[in-house]
Amino acid sequence: MDRFGWIQLGLFLGLLLLLTKPMGLYLYRVLEAEGKTFLDPVLKPLERLFYRLLRIDPKAEQDWRRYTVSLLAFSLVGVVFTYAVLRLQHLLPLNPQRLGPVSGHLAFNTAVSFTTNTNWQSYGGESTMSYLSQMVALAIHNFTSAAAGIAVAAALVRGIVRHTAKTIGNFWVDLVRIHLYLLLPICLFYAVFLVSQGMIQNFKPYESSRLVEPMTVDVPKMDAQGQPVKDAKGNPVTEKQVVETQTIVEGPMASQVAIKMLGTNGGGYTNANAAHPYENPTPLSNFLQILSIFLIPGGLTYYLGRMAKNQRHGWSVWGAMAVLFLAGVLLCWWAEAAGNPRLHALGVDPAYGNMEGKEVRFGIFNSALFATVTTDASCGAVNAMHDSFTPLGGLVPLINIQLGEVVFGGVGAGLYGMLVFVVLTVFLAGLMVGRTPEYLGKKIEAYDVKVCAIAVLILIFDIMGFTAWGVGSRWGLAGLNNAGPHGFSEILYAFSSATGNNGSAFAGLTANTWWYDTTLGIAMLIGRFFFIVPVLALAGNLAKKKIVPESGGSFPVSGLTFVFLLVGTVLIVGVLSFFPALSLGPIVEHFLMVHSNVVY
Amino acid sequence: MKDLVAELRASIAATLLLAVLCCGIYPAVVWAVGQGLFSGKANGSLVRLDGKVTGSSLLAQGFTAQNYFHPRPSAAGQGYDAVSSGGSNLGPTSKKLIEDVKQRVADYRTENGLAPDALVPADAVTSSASGLDPHISLANASHQAARIAAARGMTEEDVLKKVRAHTEGRTFGILGEPRVNVLMLNLDLDGKK
Repeated sequence: MDRFGWIQLGLFLGLLLLLTKPMGLYLYRVLEAEGKTFLDPVLKPLERLFYRLLRIDPKAEQDWRRYTVSLLAFSLVGVVFTYAVLRLQHLLPLNPQRLGPVSGHLAFNTAVSFTTNTNWQSYGGESTMSYLSQMVALAIHNFTSAAAGIAVAAALVRGIVRHTAKTIGNFWVDLVRIHLYLLLPICLFYAVFLVSQGMIQNFKPYESSRLVEPMTVDVPKMDAQGQPVKDAKGNPVTEKQVVETQTIVEGPMASQVAIKMLGTNGGGYTNANAAHPYENPTPLSNFLQILSIFLIPGGLTYYLGRMAKNQRHGWSVWGAMAVLFLAGVLLCWWAEAAGNPRLHALGVDPAYGNMEGKEVRFGIFNSALFATVTTDASCGAVNAMHDSFTPLGGLVPLINIQLGEVVFGGVGAGLYGMLVFVVLTVFLAGLMVGRTPEYLGKKIEAYDVKVCAIAVLILIFDIMGFTAWGVGSRWGLAGLNNAGPHGFSEILYAFSSATGNNGSAFAGLTANTWWYDTTLGIAMLIGRFFFIVPVLALAGNLAKKKIVPESGGSFPVSGLTFVFLLVGTVLIVGVLSFFPALSLGPIVEHFLMVHSNVVY
Repeated sequence: MKDLVAELRASIAATLLLAVLCCGIYPAVVWAVGQGLFSGKANGSLVRLDGKVTGSSLLAQGFTAQNYFHPRPSAAGQGYDAVSSGGSNLGPTSKKLIEDVKQRVADYRTENGLAPDALVPADAVTSSASGLDPHISLANASHQAARIAAARGMTEEDVLKKVRAHTEGRTFGILGEPRVNVLMLNLDLDGKK
């Protein structure tokens, strides 16, 4: 844990703090239907055109049920659209590599994955997806799923601050305004910056380059029918082959990566995601990619304070998130810097930490920071392979996802997830002092607590249920790349990531099978929509309530006590639910790694 | 039911309009600006020799000869396969990982004439995340310098001078880690760059 790491950590948190207020103020203008922004002269006509073509009245607000129906209809159309393009990509243009159609189960999994802002990838992008599939079928969801998340957060905040109101905004207005005024303008500049760092943006076919030194590799020997040849013991026979060329990936990457990070989607253009030198060429591109994950989620906490006319509440939520972020990044950084004692015993210099699955230009600190941030949020991009992290280093991303990704979190999803915990915190505090709990002047009653509890419980059942099925079935075990506790972690991580709509993986798991594609797809749908619907119901119910005047006995939702209770609630719910499972995976593996010579 | 039809209609219209805007116009604008301002980078930072592409300064190639610097081990495809990027994804208690690293440590010491108990830089014996990591650490480069000097009949000091010329420091003195670009260094040793 060297001083450069500390300086970079300070710089990161400082910049995030500085950006929170301006981002929040801008979000406030975007998310108010009548809000004015400096882009109005250019974009207002386009906004009106959208409303005309969608045949909606921007002044007509929706109640929570109608808002939900709009969101679900839009998501359904998105899934079908992407499924169709992937299945038909061999017939569509912009496919210079002539890649074939995507299989049915993979197309289902991928369509759901991108629609739910998960971006779990059971495939390697560069070897599966045509330019059209990448740029249209997948990247459209990088925009729309991010916008939908922000819209839900805005609807919930409106529900919290309005009183005796029936409506919580208009989904279509939110969707259009978030695209036009927020995501697209930032992405334009951001993508060009990424190109300046070395990220590709072209429509050329893949380049074939002549290697400076030809290389000999072992490839599986095939018989006349194209089947792998096996020796007497059933092991595949390999033969030497001289490779003289390297095929270099091309394509429209920068435009896709900008929104992938800003919209906390995380789906990589290439298989190696943000570890690929094209997808993350320099330490500067890396630093800004990490920062851009937290940019909108950070700003949303300020938006909350501004809407509630209680800026201290917004900052207190920010503070609770920052505490959880720091705890995660410090543990992960420490574990990765300490490295793997098994390798040190072989003569590997311990000074460099655990470099398996990491890139030299990022080193230990930036890999740990990226892993923590990408799972604090529901991003899921990776610049290092989480599967090869030390057990405790890998525990951090896993537990971040299981806590519900409420540490700044996904765009919108982080805030509405955290607000569910805020309601639970207020309720617990009310129980402790024996008063009816209140939140920003609203009485929190049985209905509110019930929908919050349902949202939280569904995620737990989703993760643990599918994991149990996975470890108990041969379909689940067939995908493993590692045995022992680490294999268990691979399955647990997969279903946590799918349910949390994160998308990162212990990527050794071979997930492109009909069983994983289907179950992970279902887990993603449950994790997204069975959370959003209760949240919108909560928004609708809160909007209806009357304001009760604050009294001396009201529990303050700002200050240290509140931050402490909120952090405590998040940790207690998460740890009570998942500690037994984590003990069987990363925790036992840590002790095996340090205190034994057992290998798997 | 009428409401539902209206919602589906709006959904389809929104999907198509946003596809045109976010997936047609937006990437095209980035393409035009990127090609205009940074065409070399937008096309993959390709390195050309005599007009033919011989690699990308951002992608590792698999050097094994004595007179070249060696990149990090690669788990991309059969090794350094730029259409199958990725890591080994082996966990810390994996038997295969430990056996692989043991073998690489032994090979590294033999190739570079190091003592049997010499400490080996971690990046030299672990596979990178992308399998295409174009860089090695400064320690790794300096451990290899003597071998390259001997194979090429150069002095070690001259080799180290070349290494320093291809060393990239931390951005603004703060971000990332110092590193050496292997392909560019090897081309320089061949007198081609």
